[in-house]
Amino acid sequence: MDGSTKADTTATSLTGAEIVLRALVDQGVDTIFGYPGGAVLPIYDAIHAQDAVRHILVRHEQGAGHMAEGYARSTGKCGVVLVTSGPGATNMVTPIADALMDSIPMVVITGQVPTHLIGSDAFQECDTVGITRACAKHNYLVKDVTQLARIMHEAFYVATTGRPGPVVVDIPKNVQFAKGAYVGPDAIQHRTYSPRTEPNDRRIEEAVDLLARAERPVIYSGGGVINSGPAASAALRALAKATGFPVTSTLMGLGAFPASDPQWLGMLGMHGSFEANNAMHDCDVMLCVGARFDDRVTGRLDAFSPASKKIHIDIDPSSINKNVRVDVPIVADCARALEALGAAWARRRLRRPSLKVWWSEIDAWRARRSFAFPPSTKVIKPQYAIERLYQLTRDRDVYITTEVGQHQMWAAQHFHFEAPNRWMTSGGLGTMGYGLPAAIGVQAAHRDALVIDIAGDASVQMTMQEMSTAVQYGLPVKIFILNNQWMGMVRQWQQLLHGERYSQSYSESLPDFVKLAEAYGGHGIMCDDPAKLDDAIREMVATPKPVLFDCRVEQAENCFPMIPSGAAHNEMILGDISGDEVSDAGRVLV
Amino acid sequence: MTRAPRTRARPARAAVKDDPASAYDMTEVAEEIESRTLACIVDNEPGVLARVVGLFSARGYNIESLTVAETDRNAHSSRITIVTSGTDHVLEQIEQQLLRLVPVARVIDVTNSTGGIERELALVKVAGVGEKRVEALRLSEIFRARVIDTTNESFIFEVTGASQKIDQFIELMRPLGLVELSRTGVLSIQRGKEGVG
Repeated sequence: MDGSTKADTTATSLTGAEIVLRALVDQGVDTIFGYPGGAVLPIYDAIHAQDAVRHILVRHEQGAGHMAEGYARSTGKCGVVLVTSGPGATNMVTPIADALMDSIPMVVITGQVPTHLIGSDAFQECDTVGITRACAKHNYLVKDVTQLARIMHEAFYVATTGRPGPVVVDIPKNVQFAKGAYVGPDAIQHRTYSPRTEPNDRRIEEAVDLLARAERPVIYSGGGVINSGPAASAALRALAKATGFPVTSTLMGLGAFPASDPQWLGMLGMHGSFEANNAMHDCDVMLCVGARFDDRVTGRLDAFSPASKKIHIDIDPSSINKNVRVDVPIVADCARALEALGAAWARRRLRRPSLKVWWSEIDAWRARRSFAFPPSTKVIKPQYAIERLYQLTRDRDVYITTEVGQHQMWAAQHFHFEAPNRWMTSGGLGTMGYGLPAAIGVQAAHRDALVIDIAGDASVQMTMQEMSTAVQYGLPVKIFILNNQWMGMVRQWQQLLHGERYSQSYSESLPDFVKLAEAYGGHGIMCDDPAKLDDAIREMVATPKPVLFDCRVEQAENCFPMIPSGAAHNEMILGDISGDEVSDAGRVLV
Repeated sequence: MTRAPRTRARPARAAVKDDPASAYDMTEVAEEIESRTLACIVDNEPGVLARVVGLFSARGYNIESLTVAETDRNAHSSRITIVTSGTDHVLEQIEQQLLRLVPVARVIDVTNSTGGIERELALVKVAGVGEKRVEALRLSEIFRARVIDTTNESFIFEVTGASQKIDQFIELMRPLGLVELSRTGVLSIQRGKEGVG
């Protein structure tokens, strides 16, 4: 930097708090989620003095974190959170860990006690950078106001590039008051951090060699395709079209490939479809795009897709060969790599192979209809509730979030997505209580959309207080609770794996969700009759304010199909549609 | 409940019934463990050592020795030399996970067997009189250890070399009155004219 530019940038001297706000504006941030406290009051003062950045006041810091995640995942932008020191920061630990596991770009600004008090066990002091070091992509403690602007911009750069993730910026109160120069976001260059995005040409050719010879190929796509942006989904669709290969996806990747496409096999993994898991097991060439061979996906590792050559596209080199050895590693941004594969396929004038034998095998697996469930006229089946929810909202601009458990898996199985960024769920960390605040974050970004949190009665109570936030900001999220009065997934594992000893998994003393909704100023609906379900869902969709929908469902329903622990993809347990054996066994114990 | 019929490639092990009930795969595999010396060039910012050490504990990797010092004041960079051990797969992961840390610029394999030269320095205090004292001094000459402090009843030796040489020296000093020991841990650098900064 020469002398003149230096003079220009130092011309404006701002307080640390003003630098934070200015940096947010320059980073294109329009909404932040937060909660004030002693150590961030100067920044809240700066918020008070401007209109460019909207602040959404939450009821608990964890809520702010998940809102920012929902906002980020539905827009492709970076989520931003502002919380105070001590408990404000520790309450953010769960969403930070959640965002790290699911690769969600997020910048978390935390207040800290003044620098001269750091280490003295001051009021509301905690070692925020120490605590978040292990669960954030990166973090900073800003001890000098002259570094603040650079660090703010660097935080956004690190959070949004490469494999996205949460970055924490811890700012002591005296640094927020101190005056310093502001520098703009341009020319952010990191000395040691420069993620690779362009694929290696030779690897692309090796991959196409494999794909061109494949007789039983499968494309296994993941959350990385969503993170990479709309271009990656478009490139995935184009490649699938050019090759005619079947496509499956992880929980995190739903929506990147349209569920209505005949090449779509449904989700794979522990509760994935029979055809997707068997195709994974029996394939001869696997193209893994932006997925990480998670243990919920692979099942038993030594029996995972034993006969296949594997191509793995990932922007994070450490994901490659982490759980599963691959034959062709491609370190790159998903969009760039998929485009390069498509281009190489076209350049070699490769035709779409017929794959007749392979598709007939897949069709045979499909014919097992592994997501089918026994219908009932007496009680609402949870799968039926999701199916109706899907059918009755198909013509709307819909975004779905979930909590964690059985309802999450049923939502993934029975709600179908045509576009990316429409499905927000806590896949890696599995955070109960994610869905309600995430829905609020989504709604804050998409005012006119229909945002539904498909929830469970246990999960939803973990962050229920954010109903108050939804009401305050007029964010009409729909909380669709599949209420079976159990921690359903815990109950299911206890039934199948722990000798039906239902230890602490029954939801005693559930609140009256209708009254609860009304107490918050929202609207409550209860439905326990399959015949009335459609009307109740229509009522929910038509209500212009936050709704708690208490959908009373079959209590003992289990989530099938399922790959049991330590089993391979082709050892799936299917729910028996005719026998109803599991439900009976469960019902006895309810 | 029905179990889907098996198709094609049968896994080597039979059903899951024998395993403890768990939603996780509990199988453990025994593989050969080897040792590796890695040099990490890092941005010398606060907390960088904690990040590196935290990564090892968080992911269950071993640290056998670790040394760190600033190597370029102007460039603000430090070199951390870590001796670790694990299976081939784990060692590859360690390298990749280290590179994932934002302030880590480079990771170089400087293991002895791959052309690295490893050295360690130890300060060894030996107390004794008479025959043992003479023997300690005689042995120190064989190891080219230097005497850097002496009293009528003690020596402090400074000895450098590969870790095994230092181990040997220490074992010989033990019966001769070794009372205190301080080691630097391994430093390593690649042979040849190429430099890494």
